[in-house]
Amino acid sequence: MSEHIVDTGRRKMLTVSASVVGAVGAAVAVVPFLSTMSPSAKALASGAPVEVDVSKLEPGQKIQVEWRRKPVWIVRRSDEMVSNLSKTEDRVRDPNSNEPGQQPEFAQNQTRSLRPDVLVLVGICTHLGCSPTFRPELAPEDLGPDWVGGFYCPCHGSFFDLAGRVYKNVPANKNLEVPPYKYISDNLILVGELDEGAA
Amino acid sequence: MKNIIKLICVTALLVSTSTIWAAGGSGTLYKMHVDVHQQKSLQRGAKYFMNYCLSCHSAAYSRYNRVAEDLGISEENMREHLIFTGQKFGDTMKVAMTTEQGKEWFGAPPPDLSVRARSRGADWIYSFLKSFYVDESATRGVNNLQFPGTSMPHVLWELQGLQTLVDDGHHGEKDSHADDGHGGHKKELFEITVPGKMTPDEYDQAVVDIVNFMVYMAEPIKLKRQSIGVAVLFFLAALGVLVYFMKRDYWKDIH
Amino acid sequence: MTNKVGGIIGWVDSRLPVIEFWEAHLSKYYAPKNFNFWYFFGSLALLVLVIQIVTGIFLTMHYKPDAELAFASVEYIMRDVNWGWLVRYMHSTGASAFFVVVYLHMLRGLMYGSFKEPRELIWLFGMMIYLCLMAEAFMGYLLPWGQMSYWGAQVIVNLFGTIPLIGDDLALWIRGDYVVSDATLNRFFALHVIAVPIVLLGLVVAHIAALHTVGSNNPDGVEIKKNKGADGVPLDGIPFHPYYTVKDVVGVVVFLFIFALVVFFAPEMGGYFLEHANFEPANPLATPEHIAPVWYFTPFYTVLRAIPNPFWGVVAMFAAVAVLFVLPWIDKNKVKSIRYRSGLYKVNLLVFLVAFVALGYLGMESVTEMKSQMALRLSELYFLFFIILGIYSYPRSAGFYINSFIVLVGVITGYDFYRINPEIADTTWNTWIIPVAYLVVTLLGAAFTNLDQDKQVPERVTS
Repeated sequence: MSEHIVDTGRRKMLTVSASVVGAVGAAVAVVPFLSTMSPSAKALASGAPVEVDVSKLEPGQKIQVEWRRKPVWIVRRSDEMVSNLSKTEDRVRDPNSNEPGQQPEFAQNQTRSLRPDVLVLVGICTHLGCSPTFRPELAPEDLGPDWVGGFYCPCHGSFFDLAGRVYKNVPANKNLEVPPYKYISDNLILVGELDEGAA
Repeated sequence: MKNIIKLICVTALLVSTSTIWAAGGSGTLYKMHVDVHQQKSLQRGAKYFMNYCLSCHSAAYSRYNRVAEDLGISEENMREHLIFTGQKFGDTMKVAMTTEQGKEWFGAPPPDLSVRARSRGADWIYSFLKSFYVDESATRGVNNLQFPGTSMPHVLWELQGLQTLVDDGHHGEKDSHADDGHGGHKKELFEITVPGKMTPDEYDQAVVDIVNFMVYMAEPIKLKRQSIGVAVLFFLAALGVLVYFMKRDYWKDIH
Repeated sequence: MTNKVGGIIGWVDSRLPVIEFWEAHLSKYYAPKNFNFWYFFGSLALLVLVIQIVTGIFLTMHYKPDAELAFASVEYIMRDVNWGWLVRYMHSTGASAFFVVVYLHMLRGLMYGSFKEPRELIWLFGMMIYLCLMAEAFMGYLLPWGQMSYWGAQVIVNLFGTIPLIGDDLALWIRGDYVVSDATLNRFFALHVIAVPIVLLGLVVAHIAALHTVGSNNPDGVEIKKNKGADGVPLDGIPFHPYYTVKDVVGVVVFLFIFALVVFFAPEMGGYFLEHANFEPANPLATPEHIAPVWYFTPFYTVLRAIPNPFWGVVAMFAAVAVLFVLPWIDKNKVKSIRYRSGLYKVNLLVFLVAFVALGYLGMESVTEMKSQMALRLSELYFLFFIILGIYSYPRSAGFYINSFIVLVGVITGYDFYRINPEIADTTWNTWIIPVAYLVVTLLGAAFTNLDQDKQVPERVTS
């Protein structure tokens, strides 16, 4: 069939270089297809920051908004509620919010918030994702005389205080998440965006 | 060798025929030269569109933030001047009027304009916006030569002014061309009886801007896909050279 | 040799005969060494199938098969999904590219007699693939739910309604409703995404398996298995791998270049690949001025419109496709390749190709009297092609040719008398000359010259 003596070196070089260039092209071609699966402009738009007006929020009251399809709670804490946070210091697992990823830097304080009177939390239990109930009242019958206010998750019985800090010896082991937020005026909170330059 | 010739012919055929086909617009009174790369024109067009069209027509597939990004408009500028009715920067350009209201007030709900430039074509929209004229017998007192019996009022009348038909009957045919395609006018179809805020040339430019914007809006990726295409073609040409030499080497074995 | 890779392959091979498979279908599948330009289109068809499936999968991640949501979801893909526009344009261009490639692939078969014994089954599988492809494209076109999608589907499904007795029920069953509606959309989606692709894949496997059983044809129409060397390898055969794998890769890159030209620079192709009317959402109350099927259906659409009676028009259209199925039993001439067929055979084939393209062109135009007449005459040429092919299968006497001429002209003229009325009398008789001239050349030309003589076929392939 062939009297041609193959220059195997040249043949190999050509085959390898063509294959490499082809493979690079194929890899580059795959990228757009995979990126079609990333959040689209529509998903990003619905994940846009949400404005919340807290001018009418009374102490002890909680309102809920939706941000990135998650429930976000804004709670107005009374002075008593804020001072009660010292009482839960030794009941909670991570009183200083040392666990990374659960709050922005500014929330690594006792109140876990920018201002002591307003608490902003993502209302999803850090155990398996149910939405806890809001129990601000002192010493209710079912929660006992030591209860100084917080959140109770009915699915598996986890407790959190009024700064969203998780109690010891409960199924959940992380504090409730504080979302990024900032004040765009005295009574207007923008959930979903951090103040540039602020802690 | 023969193969290469054949493939060149095929490519040439495809490219040439596509340009021929693209130069459509039969059945329109006027023709315009579309250029979506003129950013200033698109920006002006966006301004007119938001101010005059969006109160009745929606553009439900277009997003404000995409328009801002593609047209080089800052977010602040966009929010302040071009987004009304309390919508968000990432929202689509919807309109408050419901379909029922549209039917009640206009007889037919104003259609969504997102892809109008792709279904009707630029020439049609250009002709439409330039062809409103005073007509006593029409409900709203105006009719349109490109689209007789339209329920749309002459929204841009303040800019253009009011015009009447120069002649009746013969000039009413849709496939007569007032514009000879090179900017000269073979015959005037209309006469301005009430002047508007703009001169005819200024108004013409405004309509060109609106249509350019609508052509952009119908396919926002058009601005970018051609430059990406060039890169792809270069890559394929390089790969083609490589695989061709590889093939030739292997085929030296065969006699 | 016990290197690691050989070890893994060896492990698999003792559990699944991959080496045997590799040799039988690639490294020791001996294909004729004289494949030319026309032999690229099989592998290109496979490439386009893969492109359609991959782009199709990524489209289905975002498309919504609901009459209220479909149109918007396509615009969502074009604008909001990252790189969605590219996937969409590749899929729409791929659909047209599929038909370009497949028509050229079929033309190759016609030219070189690849449908003849022992390859009839390959041809039959191929025709079934072609039918599935037409169904797949038709159903896919409904999905964007534009004006042309809706009304094109309405018209074609109504064609099924013309079948006597069962027509109305059949059309109702296909639609799932009294008109094309959400029910139709959803089922076409299911068929387009799952059912037909699976059938297509199976048919493609069968098509290639049947081919590899008998071996490939070639531009000379010579059976290479008739001349084998001492080692049992055909003298004119070369291993498919690496020679044709390497050559097909060049074909692929050139194809992708043209494909990219369209996708990035002219995806609408002047309204032929993406029709302008389809950028308007479907409106059941407003029919577009001009309903035309997508370009790849237009030849058969013209045949349909050429017969005024709805039912017989449908029969004619289906017959135009069906006649291709039985081609191996119409053209029985032992000479396979056009290279060695008579001069008149070449004329016959050329006329057929011109008629097919002209039928296609007419299908995109609106109906006028002259165009309608031409449509009928071209349809006559289309069907006469097959009759002439059958006649050219064997040597015939002059008397046979002349008698055939008289019969066929009689049939054509008889039909003209049947359908004629004063309005169309002029154009009817003016265009009568078209099929008659064709028959004069192909039949009387055969009777009175020796232009019907085939040439001597060589023993070995040439080039």
